[in-house]
Amino acid sequence: MRRYDVVVVGGGPAGLAAAVAARAGGRRSVAVIERDRELGGILNQCVHSGFGLVTFGEELTGPEYAARWADAAAESGAEVLLGSMVLDVSAGPEGPAVTCVSAERGVERIGAGAVVLAMGCRERPAGALGIPGFRPAGVFTAGCAQRLVNREGLLPGREVVILGSGDIGLIMARRLTLEGAHVACVAELMPYSSGLKRNVVQCLDDFGIPLLLSHTVTRVEGRRRVEAVEVSRVDGAGRPVPGTGVRYPCDTLLLSVGLLPENELSRAAGVELSPVTRGPVVDDSLMTSVPGVFACGNVLHVHDLVDYVSQEATRAGECAGAWADGARGSGRTVPVVAGTGVRSAVPQRVDVARMPDELVVRLRVDGVYERRSLVARAGGEVVARRRRDILVPGEMEQVTLRREALLGLGGVDAITIGLEA
Amino acid sequence: MGAGGAGEKSDKVLTCIRCPRGCRVTVALGAGGKVEAVSGNACPRGDSYARAEVTAPVRSVTTTVPVDGARDEGRVAVKTVREVPKGAVLDVVRALADVRATAPVEIGDVIARDVAGTGVDVVATSRAR
Amino acid sequence: MGESCYDVIVIGAGVCGCAIARELSRRRLSACVLEAEEDVCCGTSKANSAIVHAGFDAATGTLMARLNVEGSRLMGPLCEELGVDYDRIGSLVVCVDGAQRGGLDALLARGRANGVADLRIVEREELRALEPNVADAAVAALWAPTGAIVNPFQLTVALAETAAVNGVEFRFLSPVTGIARRPDAGWDVTTPSDTLAARVVVNAAGVHADELHNLVCAPGDRLEIAPRRGQYHVLDVTAGAHVRHTVFALPTRLGKGVLVTPTTGGNLLVGPTAEDIEDKGGVDTTADGLAEVVRKAALTVRGVPFSERIRTFAGLRAHQAGHDFVIGEVPGAPGFVNCAAIESPGLSAAPAIGRMVTGIVCELLGGPAEKDELLPRPAPIPDVARLSPEAWSALAAARPEYGRVVCRCRTVTEGQVVDAIRRPLGARSLDGVKRRVEAGMGRCQGGFCSPRVAQILARELGCDLAAVTLSGPGSELAVGTDKDAWAGAPGVPAAPGTPAPAAPAGEEASR
Repeated sequence: MRRYDVVVVGGGPAGLAAAVAARAGGRRSVAVIERDRELGGILNQCVHSGFGLVTFGEELTGPEYAARWADAAAESGAEVLLGSMVLDVSAGPEGPAVTCVSAERGVERIGAGAVVLAMGCRERPAGALGIPGFRPAGVFTAGCAQRLVNREGLLPGREVVILGSGDIGLIMARRLTLEGAHVACVAELMPYSSGLKRNVVQCLDDFGIPLLLSHTVTRVEGRRRVEAVEVSRVDGAGRPVPGTGVRYPCDTLLLSVGLLPENELSRAAGVELSPVTRGPVVDDSLMTSVPGVFACGNVLHVHDLVDYVSQEATRAGECAGAWADGARGSGRTVPVVAGTGVRSAVPQRVDVARMPDELVVRLRVDGVYERRSLVARAGGEVVARRRRDILVPGEMEQVTLRREALLGLGGVDAITIGLEA
Repeated sequence: MGAGGAGEKSDKVLTCIRCPRGCRVTVALGAGGKVEAVSGNACPRGDSYARAEVTAPVRSVTTTVPVDGARDEGRVAVKTVREVPKGAVLDVVRALADVRATAPVEIGDVIARDVAGTGVDVVATSRAR
Repeated sequence: MGESCYDVIVIGAGVCGCAIARELSRRRLSACVLEAEEDVCCGTSKANSAIVHAGFDAATGTLMARLNVEGSRLMGPLCEELGVDYDRIGSLVVCVDGAQRGGLDALLARGRANGVADLRIVEREELRALEPNVADAAVAALWAPTGAIVNPFQLTVALAETAAVNGVEFRFLSPVTGIARRPDAGWDVTTPSDTLAARVVVNAAGVHADELHNLVCAPGDRLEIAPRRGQYHVLDVTAGAHVRHTVFALPTRLGKGVLVTPTTGGNLLVGPTAEDIEDKGGVDTTADGLAEVVRKAALTVRGVPFSERIRTFAGLRAHQAGHDFVIGEVPGAPGFVNCAAIESPGLSAAPAIGRMVTGIVCELLGGPAEKDELLPRPAPIPDVARLSPEAWSALAAARPEYGRVVCRCRTVTEGQVVDAIRRPLGARSLDGVKRRVEAGMGRCQGGFCSPRVAQILARELGCDLAAVTLSGPGSELAVGTDKDAWAGAPGVPAAPGTPAPAAPAGEEASR
């Protein structure tokens, strides 16, 4: 059995940054297992710009950002196994191991000192929504349409309705418009956009595409190909209001209605998953409930910005490497609790004795709030506070915990992060 | 837009698109549409965005073009090296409709010069070998 | 055309048409199956509960009861022979109201009269042990250990493949537009491209069987088939173990319940509604129908995790007022044999229906001789997810495409997709691939794999990627290429807000 200090599952932005960090200038052996024939994951089809401002200080397109990290991984000397699908991750007394399959080597088992899960996420499909009507050709998830346009050079449709204002849906509204299609509207179930504000401006407003908040698609017509969809207003509980339906003749319905961390491997490995993020429950080292198995990027929780994925993955790679070297925490962790107005916070546990001097906790709020503070408290004491003019669920927030501040409190039982006036 | 010519003072509120933060920027317009002040921006990029947006808005354009002679890739991604006037965006994609690249292509290779008469070149953002 | 004359034309390539075709292929005769759609298994056979009823439901003495029980008995060995997924998990009819448990006794008595083996009533305790997630209100159930689940796509495909390798011809995209009696004997069957002659015609046209029947029958003998729609929810494999058996509700004064069952693919299937509609193409779902299924499921099974839903669908049953199968030669139309009104339990009965109809046909043809042997179906496509690591490695070493996973949800390799296309009566569309090897049937519903499967289809079929279809002509993956709008109308940009003109390459897509 081949063996590496660190095995990274997935060669997208998270996996590449984790691999570079784990390699630590050549100190450790690292393998990246990627199912596609190229590195970079979904970034390769994200030809728009908006990546890399934090990491590189310049605005790059998806393929450029991916190429920088792929080059960095190559320079680091990490081994890359392309066209290889991981079938199983397991943890035994000898440490974790992964099983993968490829055309070149068949099914093989690879041992590891530590494993980093970086499988990314998938799009919620039409079937999950149960949209009434027919099931014809012309219904695509936005990412699937993005691949067809940007990688295959196809036009999925000429007259388009988009359900969901996730960033990929917004980006595709512009992309299809630039290729000559007409986007009739973007319907969003919630009373606010789930994508970034700037994407609403540059992808919808620039082209006069209406964003219909508190609306959803209530019927798909067309037996072979989409012929029309009905868009209805929804009430405060998200239920369609009878009689408000408007029929949009179209040949295509795109869906951008949510991303789901791809945790089938994690679940099979016995990793504890959060019902809120749908990703693993991790500690400050980004280690899951299975010793030696780490997680980062969109498989851990869905991010808005790839730069933060790279940051998070860098830490996961460092910590996985340290674990492979034999480093262990204090054995005592305290929970990070999502308090008032906060839907989820990652990591969910912190080893105060072992944590870095500054630990970034990433979180999402559960509604739209104006002029609030994100406040972290431990034993009633404020340990971090961040003032925000506006908070929306579609934009990930962060709070930085300082080790010194937590140590200064003596014993800490829990850290609660919530919104305060 | 369009209020500037009236010669009255007015405020215009914009969402900055220069970074994902999406600052809400207020532009105070003076007589003749002259920018008197910009506020609400968290960084200088917001200031320059707001000034351009109310006078001569610009956008960068990204798309793909087919590539010939590559082993795996059928297309390469491309972008304008800098922003073009917002009104020229569709001219740029139309001008690129007939452009093909030839492998090998490296990131940064010029795919089209002075696209649609904008004076801006279009370069590759992905590789084809 | 029309000079050559088939012994038999079977109209309809659903599970019954294909079961008949396979039985016919044992004989020395010429046979052709005409199918309106682009593939087998495109109507009722693809959109149903995917179960094998034990046979206690149908009224004793009906054709339906006899063929159900016989089909249920034949199904296991048939699936074994064909390599089709089948699991005899047993079924439960759950009673949730003590006042109505007499209904269970009646079902038990009927089942025994129909010849169903091993039926018995299980009381609350045993029921809960058998089915831990049964509703709290459940008081007792009829336990039918011979109830089973089956993969209807695999079954129909396997029946058709066997028929094809044994000489039965299949013509797809061939809707029958006319049937006329030939002056001598037999029938002329017209499709948009041909008129074909046959000594015997079998009408296995599902919800359209009445239309064909009414072309040939005596004026007073018209048949009317009312499409009865059933809507379903499909839940991810994460929910597949929520029940262990097929759980039915004992019909009550408030109506018929829905069933909750695992599928052979490990999903959980919940449905159907029973709505009489007019439209024979009305396989659309409705908000009310889907909500009704959710509500009714809760009556017999607690906590069905609908949050794990990956798809909803609707199918049509070919309901006829007499509520029995209509099988036999149509009076006054010699050589025109109905296999009509095959509503539930049609899938269960299909193996028996195939035999019965073939018996009738052979008698009409004067008893054609049996062949020395029936060639077996080509070996089933390997399912890599069920292979040992050693076996999978060996397969990938011999055929590297079996080492390339294209559908990650169901773990389907390029090799399986290629084989699904290259087989006799191979897949021609994304749905055709999905029915054969399940690529796209998992939790992402093809969001990830459909462009990859489409590329393989385009390569294997020698067509443009844009011309690949979801389910036959008119359902193309794309409407053209990305530059159409600009290349087709140089200098005339479509202003934002106006639809772009149809461009020439759109025609290419429909070739």
